[in-house]
Amino acid sequence: MNDLAETISQNENKLRSEWIRTMSSAVERSDLIGKAELNDQCASILQALVEGVRTSGAENLAGAGWNSARELLNSISSSRARQGFSPLEIATFVLSLKQPLFALIREKMAKSQDALFDTIWSATQLLDQLALVTTEAYITTREEFILRQQQELLELSTPVVKLWDGILALPIIGTLDSARTQVVMESLLQTVVATNSRYAIIDITGVPTVDTLVAQHLLKTITAARLMGAECIISGVRPQIAQTIVHLGINLEDVVTKANLADAFALALQRSGRTVVRTSAAPRSPMSGLFTKREE
Amino acid sequence: MDRIPVLRMGPLLLITIQVDMHDKLAIQLQDDVTNRISEWGSTGVLIDISSLEIVDSFIGRMLANIAAMSRVLGAETVVVGMQPAVAITLVELGMSLPGVQTALSVEAGMELLYGAVTTGPENERGEA
Repeated sequence: MNDLAETISQNENKLRSEWIRTMSSAVERSDLIGKAELNDQCASILQALVEGVRTSGAENLAGAGWNSARELLNSISSSRARQGFSPLEIATFVLSLKQPLFALIREKMAKSQDALFDTIWSATQLLDQLALVTTEAYITTREEFILRQQQELLELSTPVVKLWDGILALPIIGTLDSARTQVVMESLLQTVVATNSRYAIIDITGVPTVDTLVAQHLLKTITAARLMGAECIISGVRPQIAQTIVHLGINLEDVVTKANLADAFALALQRSGRTVVRTSAAPRSPMSGLFTKREE
Repeated sequence: MDRIPVLRMGPLLLITIQVDMHDKLAIQLQDDVTNRISEWGSTGVLIDISSLEIVDSFIGRMLANIAAMSRVLGAETVVVGMQPAVAITLVELGMSLPGVQTALSVEAGMELLYGAVTTGPENERGEA
């Protein structure tokens, strides 16, 4: 087995240049990675490869001797995932070592057919596994990406706005699922307590669809707010959504709903005993002549 | 034995729950509230649960019961100061306390009850 390790370490320079050449002909990404950096990476991988084969053998990639090789590949492929390489390009990075390595093995072991076949078989197995390691690392990195973005989205997407003393607005943008409802509900209720607000307007203009589940989530939030002594008004119900709600038979009769945020705000002001008064004549507008003027 | 104090404030009863509720305490409270209402002729009951941090279906039902009993005796009930976590728990338990009025603070609750008192039966009598 150490034949493989010896072969690689003795011909390291030649193998590396061949490898880089094969790789460049398959995928050329000089825009993303420099020649010198690529050379360094290849050298350290070959080194780790030799170390792994020597200490743990080519078959057992879970062995302790492969730790450094695995860590190296993980870090390379996750940094490449961040740089914008595709998984194909990352796997090709490892797999393009096959051709120069096989050529080298063939050259060295031309005398014995059996030894040649055995070494090539263990080498191909090894490289395939290493390629899988890179793909796995790539996917893990991307998943972390997605997860972090989801969390950021969740935190960013639930602002509670104070419209007036005692009146809050909660503009919801995007689909309401259970996890989001929980965050929305909590932040709304916390703000209700913190600002001592009697009215909360939930604006669903930005919610693309309202199905029974979304309606149930909304009703839960409204009930929880009511239990605390705050009253909720739903605004921004679009015509299609109004139709869907009726067709689905969702009961929103106990909830005050308005077509837009302005109407809901006016209602909240009215209920809290306030009124909006115009203090001076409006700036001249083409429509002003159509309405009766206020007495001075 | 422990017991939750029921205070009289004019036509109202003020109850502040500051200890963990358990069965006996709740039943005692129901007894006390109903007795006080009939004794003092109260027209409103204000229950402050702002220091209640843990709630279960039993306490939810107890609140609903007290409200229902008070209504039978002619008094409105307002529950005030419920914590967000408590509200979420009650909703998840499916208890929306339909017959109970709520308010954010003791002040707001009193306003609500006084409003109900002044526009209630007395006012009608005054007009007649």
